[in-house]
Amino acid sequence: MSNAASVAHDEQQHHPRLAHHFESLEQQTDSSLFGMWIFLATEILFFGGALMAYMIYRRWYPDAFALASSHIAILPGAINTAVLIISSLTMALAVHAAQTGERGKILFFIVVTMILGAAFLGIKGYEYYEKYAEGFIPGLGLEFRFPEPEYAKNAQIFFSIYFVLTGLHALHMIVGLGLMTWMFIWVKDGVIDTQYYAPIEIVGLYWHFVDIVWIFLFPLLYLIGRHVHHG
Amino acid sequence: MSSSTVAMPPTHYLNNGLTLKSWLFTKDHKRIALLYLVAVTFFFMVGAAFAVAIRLELATPAGDLLSDENYNRVFTMHGVMMVFFFLIPAVPAILGNFLIPLQIGAKDLAFPKLNLLSFYIYFVGSLFTMYSIVSGGLDTGWTFYTPFSTVASTSAVVPAALGIFINGFSGILTGLNFIVTIHKMRAPGMTWFRLPLFVWAHYATSLIQVLGTPVLAITIVLVAAERIFGFGLFNPAVGGDPVLFQHLFWFYSHPAVYIMILPAMGIISELVAASARKQVFGYTFVAFASIGIAVIGFLVWGHHMFVSGESVYAALVFSVLSFIVAVPSAVKVFNWIATMYRGSVSWETPMFYVAGFIGLFAIGGLTGLFLASMGLDVHLTDTYFIVAHFHYVMVGGTIMGYLGGIHFWWPKITGRMYNDLLGRVSAVVIFVGFNLTFFPQFVVGYLGMPRRYHAYPEEFQVLNVLSSAGASVLAVGYLMPLFYLAYSLKYGEIAGDNPFGAVGLEWNTTSPPPTENFKTTPVVTWEAYEYPTPVEGHVV
Ligand SMILES: [Cu+2]
Repeated sequence: MSNAASVAHDEQQHHPRLAHHFESLEQQTDSSLFGMWIFLATEILFFGGALMAYMIYRRWYPDAFALASSHIAILPGAINTAVLIISSLTMALAVHAAQTGERGKILFFIVVTMILGAAFLGIKGYEYYEKYAEGFIPGLGLEFRFPEPEYAKNAQIFFSIYFVLTGLHALHMIVGLGLMTWMFIWVKDGVIDTQYYAPIEIVGLYWHFVDIVWIFLFPLLYLIGRHVHHG
Repeated sequence: MSSSTVAMPPTHYLNNGLTLKSWLFTKDHKRIALLYLVAVTFFFMVGAAFAVAIRLELATPAGDLLSDENYNRVFTMHGVMMVFFFLIPAVPAILGNFLIPLQIGAKDLAFPKLNLLSFYIYFVGSLFTMYSIVSGGLDTGWTFYTPFSTVASTSAVVPAALGIFINGFSGILTGLNFIVTIHKMRAPGMTWFRLPLFVWAHYATSLIQVLGTPVLAITIVLVAAERIFGFGLFNPAVGGDPVLFQHLFWFYSHPAVYIMILPAMGIISELVAASARKQVFGYTFVAFASIGIAVIGFLVWGHHMFVSGESVYAALVFSVLSFIVAVPSAVKVFNWIATMYRGSVSWETPMFYVAGFIGLFAIGGLTGLFLASMGLDVHLTDTYFIVAHFHYVMVGGTIMGYLGGIHFWWPKITGRMYNDLLGRVSAVVIFVGFNLTFFPQFVVGYLGMPRRYHAYPEEFQVLNVLSSAGASVLAVGYLMPLFYLAYSLKYGEIAGDNPFGAVGLEWNTTSPPPTENFKTTPVVTWEAYEYPTPVEGHVV
């Protein structure tokens, strides 16, 4: 940071990426980051509505929720959790590389993050297929085959929430991959430099947010039934 | 009044590029505001056309003009168009967009491209919702209550809901843009407590937009998931709870009322100060009243479910909070009146609209207290009393404020003056027409006429005919400004930079302003509404 500041001090010329309505690049960067934080607040309430539904129904139907949850295989979800946590690290490293201006490193870490994100989506797709094969799709005109028929109705609610939440999360991942492709091009084209790297930071914030959502979803959806199942 | 010798500035934002492209791809907040002005006015007309059909149908007790099914579609579309495509965007997207950068001394909003994107999101959302009109209509009411909307309705729920979902992001991004702009783009010396109250009101509104709208968005996603995929989230058949939908829906839709009224209140604060030529009485109280309304407004949604099987204890809490949220609104009204007291109030058109606002908002607000009382609400729920109440607040209040603002800043926006006499007449016609339309609805509702029926018992006809007659007066009032404002564009007197002699940074630049708003960045060394102290006696 101090490096970048002294560079900015030396050259009095306007940075090519400084928009005309800002006084300084610092004001512009502050504004963009602040805007992203506000957007993330919006996102929290977006997921919050569905989590509210989850909380209410889990309280109403604890047995059905625990049973339904225990029918989800833990391993793919656990692997995915690890994949996302690592991808958060590589994303952070990409932002750090942007700060220090190591272009090769930025590109490398963006690509690694994208590969991890794609791996997550692949595993998620496999899990969806598994749900389909086991008859856990609560709609689309498919037969819902729940092993404990007395809980089948309420378990449909659990799987409805499961698909809504994980589906929206996956959608956010796909958007994230799109954003990273964009950043990859910008870094390659030299748009990003040590003074102007706010876009990478913003994509980083977004990516960390999507990871954190998963950190909540994993226990809420995969782990609530374990003690019931084995107890 | 300015003398007629003033001339238009040679270059300003209106003549900086005259091609269609220079308008449709503009990043200038002032031009985007005018794009919204055209679009929002169009959707007001669409919503009004549905209102005409409603009032025609209700002129007679028999359901003779529209079938019950079509009547459902007509009142639903009236509500959807007016709420989501007119009332919510009207003041923030048009006047907020135009004025916030000017009032804080900035060159533009923080994110001009995002601002343009917001407009197109609004536009695309409206296309989806308009498509639902021609593909079977929508018969759920604007509230989309489940399980009717998810499993029973055969109308075009998904396109309409998708349009509202998309449109929501327009509001979110506009709110985000405003918040960042107000935090980061203020001119040197423009401290928080020197901000015009219009800006404070928009800050509070933006908080609601950013935190409330996403909850509506996810609610629509859940409804769509149930309708498209057959998921059972609100379906009692699998143990889902329709009342949960109501909670989620009103968590946004009650605060949405404040998205409509807070910006209008911001306008009133500006207009009162400019007309009375005084600092707004209790500036900080009015500023924090906006924030208070935004915060408490998030905690009252349960008053929509007093008869939906909500627990009586929850209802009690929501009832108390609904009374409390009236306090900051009352603070504002009293402060406006205190501002006018012993001010030299000049009665030009904007002030007529202020008076209209205070009159209609007071009636709407006070009848809201009736409805916040649980016992009385049981009697009044789903009657015309409710319809009258929310029209007084959302429509009476918001449109009076909106039109007052349009008249006040019209010379700034266009550089020209309209006919002030016609302006005053329009305000009076709207006030009279509005009361004639909606006051009888309080009575007929109290007597027990339910909302959303196309037929009614004959003893209610007199009141309904009064209401329909009032609606035609109201229509004349709403149409008048359209004509004389359009006329002023070409033939209006040149306004000059500050025709009302108001203070505020927007009056320190030319009318119309240049594209970059100010020739040099202003430095603020004065307090908000720092009008010269009136000399003993009388000053005009
Ligand atoms: Cu309400």
